[in-house]
Amino acid sequence: MRAVVAAWYDFDPFHELYEWIGDVTSSEELVYVIIAVVGATGILSFVGLGALANVWLERKIIGRIQVRRGPNRVGPGGLLQPVADAIKLIQKEVLQPRASDGKLYNLPPILVFIPAMLTFAVFAWAPDMVYADLNVGVLYLLALSSVTSLAIFMAGWASNNKYALLGAMRVIAMAVSYEIPMVLALLAPVLFTGTMSIPGIVDFQRTNDIWLAFMLPLPVFIYAISATAELNRTPADIAEAESEIVAGFHTEYSGMKFGLFYAVELINSLAVSGILASLFFGGYSLFGIDEYIPPWIIFIGKIYFFYFGLIWLRGTWPRLRIDQLMAFSWKMLIPLALINIAVVSAEVLIWRLNEFDSWIFWVYALMNIVMMFVLLQFFFTMLTKNYYRLPRRATLIHDVSVPSLPAPTFTQGGNA
Amino acid sequence: MDDTAVVVAFYVLAAITLISALMVAVVRDLIHAVLFLILSFIGVAGLYITLSADFVAVVQVLIYAGAISVLMIFAVLLTPRSDRDNAAVSYAAPLSVLAGLLGAVIIFVGLDTDWRQVEGDRFGQTAAEIGQALLDPYALPFEVASIVLVVAMIGAIILVRPGNEEEA
Repeated sequence: MRAVVAAWYDFDPFHELYEWIGDVTSSEELVYVIIAVVGATGILSFVGLGALANVWLERKIIGRIQVRRGPNRVGPGGLLQPVADAIKLIQKEVLQPRASDGKLYNLPPILVFIPAMLTFAVFAWAPDMVYADLNVGVLYLLALSSVTSLAIFMAGWASNNKYALLGAMRVIAMAVSYEIPMVLALLAPVLFTGTMSIPGIVDFQRTNDIWLAFMLPLPVFIYAISATAELNRTPADIAEAESEIVAGFHTEYSGMKFGLFYAVELINSLAVSGILASLFFGGYSLFGIDEYIPPWIIFIGKIYFFYFGLIWLRGTWPRLRIDQLMAFSWKMLIPLALINIAVVSAEVLIWRLNEFDSWIFWVYALMNIVMMFVLLQFFFTMLTKNYYRLPRRATLIHDVSVPSLPAPTFTQGGNA
Repeated sequence: MDDTAVVVAFYVLAAITLISALMVAVVRDLIHAVLFLILSFIGVAGLYITLSADFVAVVQVLIYAGAISVLMIFAVLLTPRSDRDNAAVSYAAPLSVLAGLLGAVIIFVGLDTDWRQVEGDRFGQTAAEIGQALLDPYALPFEVASIVLVVAMIGAIILVRPGNEEEA
């Protein structure tokens, strides 16, 4: 129990609060429960406020990129626009298609929230500020991201709409394709640090005074791309491509149900930024500056730095075609990730066998950065050949005449 | 305190697992059945956590709820006659007898076994130990599994390679 009490002492007033609770009640269970509730409330408030702030940030920054002002009517600089949006969404009439799949239709907006929120539990906000230090933190993050796509599939299926079903199928197909490079990319930091716990990985970077991003530039690149694909954000948002399939899986969702999907997308972007920041860019540590600034401010700053990168991507890149996106994963990211894993394993083996000091990391950093550029150049030249650029029809085995996808048929009318 | 919490968690998770497993068989819609099966997988993952097997639990979610479920959803959606639903079949009665017998055997074994309590820390570094085990005493099964996967992958690539349908 003491470990948990110590875990949140970073906020001084909270520390006194815990001492006081400990004095008043002698029961450790109560202290444990209160600390768990306070910690969860803190994280969830950050996430909730973050989602509101992100709506504004995203619209404002994309506005800048597109040479317009973005929201500027409600509140100073349009700051209250997200609140106005939320009020509008909440008081909007809730529409449900009559042929939709009753209960299944109402579940997904809630279900997508669970993994999005759970992601934040394992982050290290400061040296002793970790809500849940899991031994399998990295795997846990991967597992959560794979569950999200399942909820999105449920949404698309239960809507009983062809476009929604197409969007759902695209989500599932992308989840399958992009999970592999994602897992392989996140394997590299795990190999290097020898631990799967997020605080452990951050601590490795802090004690060795180096960011894993220098040593593992290729996994950063691979992870960032596959995470954008899993997030359904613009370079890869074929699941809700409005020029092709109306709005994809959330075509039939209106009001706050749509609002929840939108909020989850923003929260997941924060989560991906957090993963990038803590696994590859040192988490809460910033080359000694974390002695003077509260580390959790540094971590939040890093999260928003990468979030800005994601917004930038969204504002400037055109949407990829579905076959381009699939080919990119299978023909580029997965081979690159596999090569990278082999190289990194060899490097780790050499480092561990010879018991080198941390100067070896800079040698590795140089080697890996050079390797990244060579490999990227090679793959770019290979993939931009005409043969790969042309859209190609998938060939079926023995050209079986498979009838079109069965549309869901629900006998009774949908009532929630 | 831990013990009561774990016991409560066990019963809740066991109820989720069993009820959703039952619903797989009872429910009419095939997609609903798949989704209940996924819920049952997640319940099993929760049971692993009550056993302090965090690595197995997370892998259960990642592989079963994340990957196998996708495979099953694709299978259901791409099967031409999947709109036939979870309809009654003629061999339902013998199969339920078989399932009942299997369940009875499992319950008997569970009650009969002298379960040993694992000593030591809860939530130890199981992942590292599993990795060691895979590379040292169980290296051969591990390699065989990889070879099987590689063969399956090459087979899949050859099957869907363009320009292959003339020979086939």
